[in-house]
Amino acid sequence: MTTRDGWETVVGLEVHTELKTTTKMFCGCANEFGSEPNTNICPVCLGLPGSLPVLNVRAVDLAMAIGFALHSTIAFSTFHRKNYFYPDMPKDFQISQYDLPINSGGYLDLPDGSRVSIERAHLEEDTGKSTHLGGSGRIHGADRSLVDYNRSGVPLVEIVSGPDIRSSAQARAYASELRGILIATGASDGRMEEGSMRIDANVSVRKPGDPLGTRCEIKNLNSLRSLQRAIDYEALRQIELIEGGATVRQETRHWDEILGETSTMRTKEEAEDYRYFREPDLVDLVPDTAWQERIRLGLGAMPAERRATLLARLSSPTTAQLDALEVVVDLGFDDIVLAAIDAGAEPTLALARAANELAAGVEHIANLTTDAFSATLAMEQSGELSATQAKVVLLELLARGGDPRAIATERGFEQLSSDSLGATVAALITEHPDEWTRYRDGDEKLAQFFIGQVMKATKGQANGKAVIAELQSRR
Amino acid sequence: MRTALDIARDVRSGATTAESEMVTSLTAIRARNEELNVFLFVDEEGALDAARRVDERVTSGDDAGVLAGVPIALKDNLCTTGVPTTAGSKILKGWRPPYSATVVHRVLGAGAVPMGKTNMDEFAMGSSTETSAYGPTRNPLDVDRVPGGSSGGSASAVAGDMTPLSLGSDTGGSIRQPAALCGLVGVKPTYGLVSRYGLIAFASSLDQIGPFAKNVADAAALLEVIAGHDPMDSTSLPEPAPSLLLHVNDGVAGKRVGLVRELYDGADDEVVAEVERAASALRDAGATIVELSVPELHLGLSAYYLIAPAEASSNLARYDGVRYGLRVDAEDVAAMNEATRTAGFGAEVKRRIMLGTYALSAGYYDAYYGQALKVRTQLIDAFRRAYLEADLLLGATAPSVAFAIGEKTADPMAMYLSDVFTIPTNLAGDAAISVPFGTGQLGLPIGVQLLGPGRSEAQLFAAARVLELADGRS
Amino acid sequence: MATPLRREDVAKVAKLARLSLSEAELDEFTAQLAQVLEHANDIAALDLEGVVATAHPFGLINVVRDDVLCASLSRDEVLAMAPDAQDGRFAVPRIMGEAP
Repeated sequence: MTTRDGWETVVGLEVHTELKTTTKMFCGCANEFGSEPNTNICPVCLGLPGSLPVLNVRAVDLAMAIGFALHSTIAFSTFHRKNYFYPDMPKDFQISQYDLPINSGGYLDLPDGSRVSIERAHLEEDTGKSTHLGGSGRIHGADRSLVDYNRSGVPLVEIVSGPDIRSSAQARAYASELRGILIATGASDGRMEEGSMRIDANVSVRKPGDPLGTRCEIKNLNSLRSLQRAIDYEALRQIELIEGGATVRQETRHWDEILGETSTMRTKEEAEDYRYFREPDLVDLVPDTAWQERIRLGLGAMPAERRATLLARLSSPTTAQLDALEVVVDLGFDDIVLAAIDAGAEPTLALARAANELAAGVEHIANLTTDAFSATLAMEQSGELSATQAKVVLLELLARGGDPRAIATERGFEQLSSDSLGATVAALITEHPDEWTRYRDGDEKLAQFFIGQVMKATKGQANGKAVIAELQSRR
Repeated sequence: MRTALDIARDVRSGATTAESEMVTSLTAIRARNEELNVFLFVDEEGALDAARRVDERVTSGDDAGVLAGVPIALKDNLCTTGVPTTAGSKILKGWRPPYSATVVHRVLGAGAVPMGKTNMDEFAMGSSTETSAYGPTRNPLDVDRVPGGSSGGSASAVAGDMTPLSLGSDTGGSIRQPAALCGLVGVKPTYGLVSRYGLIAFASSLDQIGPFAKNVADAAALLEVIAGHDPMDSTSLPEPAPSLLLHVNDGVAGKRVGLVRELYDGADDEVVAEVERAASALRDAGATIVELSVPELHLGLSAYYLIAPAEASSNLARYDGVRYGLRVDAEDVAAMNEATRTAGFGAEVKRRIMLGTYALSAGYYDAYYGQALKVRTQLIDAFRRAYLEADLLLGATAPSVAFAIGEKTADPMAMYLSDVFTIPTNLAGDAAISVPFGTGQLGLPIGVQLLGPGRSEAQLFAAARVLELADGRS
Repeated sequence: MATPLRREDVAKVAKLARLSLSEAELDEFTAQLAQVLEHANDIAALDLEGVVATAHPFGLINVVRDDVLCASLSRDEVLAMAPDAQDGRFAVPRIMGEAP
């Protein structure tokens, strides 16, 4: 959906990602999603009187990795306390970074060639989680709330973009690309549905050339689709307000996925005063050159580079193939695809099998070796396996590993001898004389008809190329 | 009373038992606690059990520790597993921590035997132990007077012969000032020398835990036990505990002692007289006395009364009735927070929380808190310059001897002025010790203060020992 | 530049700090805090341009711990001290308003 004519949508995104560390930011409790409530807590992450924070070095490593991936400047940083009362915050202050964040500046290039600036990417601790009883399960109308502190103290990096985004589609592309980067750095698992990656959108509208309009912050965006829909809704809401003579009030709004609209969250009379001051229980972070270099050198290729590498192996890719390429990089299968191509696999075939069959069994990808994948593709290419058979072998390999030849033999995927194929084709020609005549006279579409019939007759065992060759030889 | 080190030696040799020492301690406590209100909690059974275990170690030939069998009292802002810890406040009434402070583990590891938790100004905010929600503690030397604060209970426990050792905490003078008012040795260690893990925080950048003892050697021994790096405290100095006991008799020959005007200006004449007498004693022992002026010290009080409350206002936010401690119910959680904190905190704590919140709030941060942090830098620089001309500094600890209960409670500012000589050391993060030296007209003890740069405890103990000998004690 | 402390300031600050004060307390605290701030004003008035706040007095930096699991507290012992608990969680009266 595009914004109404004459108006420009301006979006800045704040993305919070939980870091994939073993333990929390300031204590040795497990950083684990889905544990029984209040089982991963200690004096520190519960904020008990007398407790003190000690910084997790891996959280710093991952924050710097993100900084490098976003082309940020990594600098001396300090921690600050952000003071406010809320029951999911055990200390009633959050340890975060304020005017001296670990990463400042940077940018993210999107596949469409546009560039979004990054203002900062800083470290902070996560809060606990509250569930609300009574009412609709949302805060309003609840009688009481229950708090679980398992998530309290989980390390977060907050990435703030500049207000450079100009459409909901671009916002979605940014979020998607950023997610790929966070996964590629090893910093995050990018699971928005689990809350390990959360996005807030700052949306405003203006006539092109005008100064920035008043922005609203949209929260509760749990998927890329919600992000896109919410921005579209909010931009239109603001435009209609302004066109109707009203002004946009600066506020935080909640996105309702079911109703498809944003609504005001309960506004406070005054803006919250966080009284930021330097955290006296922590010391300054000064990552020296050696530390930074170690992180930078350990950084693998980012999605953009991985896509480019794979793209270079395709000639004149179709749109479908480009989509498959994105899926393959997104899922991290580009390494195995490249290895297969190097071993002689036909690039578009390798891509297709990875984007479809491997994607279907992504949780078990560890069971599939590069050699097994390459061998299966080779068997399909040589005609030893039909497409259908090859797919079955791949799914089997994902399920339990093993050797493709052995699996093929077990399953009785024997190559149809050319004699039996010839006999089958001959029989079908006899059965469908009209269709054969039309094919013989040049109607190529009928080739598909006969291939389909051959497949039916051989229960998918025939090799498509071999069938075509047979048909042509009998023309 | 025998010294703590005497007791430990006797327990290790079998000349006495830890159990009998604890019985002595508990008897003394029972005799006077009701009158003096020193202890908020005493665990007789637990203490005797722990004492017996020390005796078992002795009998089985194991090393029972440097402080084997020595009874020790703990200020009630030190977390002790399963033992009520209130920080002198109603808001933590009945709270039993599920963990112990690092210093508690260390004293236990050295064989000492804690028997109870001592009274204190609420959340360590005070100089007389009169802001405690559980009533004031009376000075054992004169029950109509304060023992000082905020570690008044810990000081009284030792001064009242209930226990030879205790631990307190010092943020602006809360160990040294009670030590002076009760005739004890009290030490505020270098910031970071002693772990703060498990110390209920007042002002994080100023708080330190330290010893009370009747003599210098005992204080040195106890500090050595609790000092040294702790991975649970990010601000803790990286090195292990320094050797302190061995240096107590090093003397002061060749040392330059700076007599700092701003560290006794405004004190009562009788206090100043003792400071001067102490200077003479150090000179007689071979030190050179240098008269110094460090005018920046005047700013210390103002900087402290912005920095400490600011940090405290944030440290005390967690007392919200959600997870532990007092809860006063209300319709919604914010109202519950408010009702709980209003009922649970005393007036002094509320005052400081509001002062701190104000100093940090938007529009005032730069003028108040921001400025105070800069003043702190200037104070640190001023001390560094002073330490070019002197190895240690000498001054008063408190402006007067122990004052009467209720004398200063009407005027907060008057109470704050009690800390004028002790506060600068906390701001600088340096080390200081108060050592008893002489008495005032009413026979009440006076303490003089020795200050040194960070990590200079050994030389401070040596100088304190010289004064201890000169004053005719031990 | 510091301005004199007013009653409304104290009321606002009390709210921020989740403290409720009676009218009498508001008056009393305003007077007492104003007095302390009087002294603080000697600091506010100083020209400290170029002076940098000190972080740790002995310059400690980069204090970190390894990403290694440590023992947690048992849920029972933690909830035992809770004023109100239900279903393994801490219970509080209704929360008005989302988190900032």
